[in-house]
Amino acid sequence: MLSPIILTTAVLNGLLTGAVYALVALGLTLIYGVLHIINFAHGALLTAAMFAAYFAFKTLGLDPYVAAFLLAPVFFVFGYALQRFVIGPNSHGDDRNMLLVTLGLAVVIENALLFTFSADTRTIDVPYAFQTIDLGFTFLAVPRLVGFVAVFVVALALWLIMSLTDIGRAIRAVAKEKLGAELAGIDVAHVYAVTFGLGTACVAIAACLLIPSYYVNPTAGNAFVLVAFTIVVLGGMGSVPGALIGGLVIGVVESLSGLFLGESLGQIGIFLIFIAALLVKPRGLFGARA
Amino acid sequence: MRSVAPIVIVVAVLAAVPLVVQSNVTLNFLGVALMIALAGQGWNILGGYGGQYSFGHAAFFGTGAYVTAILQMRYGVNAWPAFALGILGGALVGAVVGALSFRSGLRGSYFALVTLAFAEVLRIVASVAPITGAGVGTLVKLDLRVAALQFESRAIFYWVILALVAVALVVTHLIERSRFGAWLVAVRENEDAAMALGVNATAVKLAAMVISAAITAAAGCFYTQYFLFVDSGIAYGTWMSIEALLVPIIGGVGTLFGPLLGALVVRVLGEAALLVTGGAPGLDLVVFGCVLVLVIGFSPRGLMGGAADIVTWLRKRGARRPAGEAGHG
Repeated sequence: MLSPIILTTAVLNGLLTGAVYALVALGLTLIYGVLHIINFAHGALLTAAMFAAYFAFKTLGLDPYVAAFLLAPVFFVFGYALQRFVIGPNSHGDDRNMLLVTLGLAVVIENALLFTFSADTRTIDVPYAFQTIDLGFTFLAVPRLVGFVAVFVVALALWLIMSLTDIGRAIRAVAKEKLGAELAGIDVAHVYAVTFGLGTACVAIAACLLIPSYYVNPTAGNAFVLVAFTIVVLGGMGSVPGALIGGLVIGVVESLSGLFLGESLGQIGIFLIFIAALLVKPRGLFGARA
Repeated sequence: MRSVAPIVIVVAVLAAVPLVVQSNVTLNFLGVALMIALAGQGWNILGGYGGQYSFGHAAFFGTGAYVTAILQMRYGVNAWPAFALGILGGALVGAVVGALSFRSGLRGSYFALVTLAFAEVLRIVASVAPITGAGVGTLVKLDLRVAALQFESRAIFYWVILALVAVALVVTHLIERSRFGAWLVAVRENEDAAMALGVNATAVKLAAMVISAAITAAAGCFYTQYFLFVDSGIAYGTWMSIEALLVPIIGGVGTLFGPLLGALVVRVLGEAALLVTGGAPGLDLVVFGCVLVLVIGFSPRGLMGGAADIVTWLRKRGARRPAGEAGHG
């Protein structure tokens, strides 16, 4: 039987990975909660942000953790523009059309990256990439620990924006009752775009947290996005705490099923949970409205 | 009889192409376009007429392709029954996925997600399971005989896939005119209202899913016979899920000839994009994605819908009939 130390290490590593999953899922669930669409371009946007973080390091010499402060606003504007000028006008307010437009955007972004940067896998070398912290019985990688803490900071910031600012109040109003919000004078198209921008900014931060210990190629983001879908469904579409807890749970599941079933089958565990969650409890464990 | 005239004319014109064009490159190009059209025709039954947008039709395409290849290579089954069993296998996967998701009441985004997840599970399983040849894939032995469903001439392959497309056109046409077709469209337009009128929405969607999966699986079976090789990325990769929904949407979602028209347009555009850039990877798909977004933006009913609108407008102008009298035919 496996020793408790190996198990504990797997669980801790799962929690650290799960935190970054949670951040990707946070953007997705925010967009779903307000616009009621599943953003199929989320993975492609993550890939684009990873490339941006890669080049920020290679050409500008910016450390990814510093670049996060630059890329988050840049991607906020990018996401805002995408929703305001591409997704919104082209989908005529129909849910099925919105799905297809985001899918089309995903294809465009992913292949534009492939065309520009070729399929090469790239990595960056930061001095702290392999630094670890000794816990006595096991070691934890520093970049993943930084990521873990950063995710909770971002979640807190998001919560503060949502509960204290005017735009946060407007977002919550639109999510609850779109027509009512519109009648009260809220510019719904603007709120939609701000929400999409916030979701995209989450992805940009996730990319900066990932790049020190991960690689980037034109399909790198896809590995995360299906996981993020799972988390969002598990935690309840539109639920922020659901996304955080779901992310941590999925991280641990992946880590443990990788330990017991082997690396290549580790992902199967996630998909099976995903299908089971969709079929049995499509509203999620936290019961956000579907 | 008059109602099938358009199908007869279109198929006859396409069937005459190899008599005029002998170039293998052109026939190859058209054969692949017809294969994509067939996969799209399958998607169109469920997505176009039934309004259930699947993002995972690769699950059916891949099952058809793998069943055809594995039965021949591992169990010595003749290619013809293997082809038929491939279609059956795809239909079976469709029945399972459909029964699970429609019984749970999954709609819209949730349905798209669950189909995507099923296709991904199958892809991962196929990439590690020994029976599919795992990461290496499965090769089908070259055996150029009619009995082995392999032909030296590209023209005969072209006619085979055209015959399958023709069958799918007739099936679609029959559905369009049947009571079942009316139920399906009712479910698409307003599921709750259809149910209130006594339509068993779950059963109707499930039947549509099985027919849809069988047609798309046939495209997969043809893929195996045509290219004699299949691996997990080809069979269950997202490319097929995207192509299968792209062509009906561009051609005209929920129309008889939409997938066929869409497949020809998409292939020509892709080829043109490759010519312009000298075969740089990715650019053809960038063009596809842009076309998809633009078609949804400017003509949500696709090229067929756009053409119908123009015809209506011209008729109205020519005859000066009062607005509203000229229908969409």
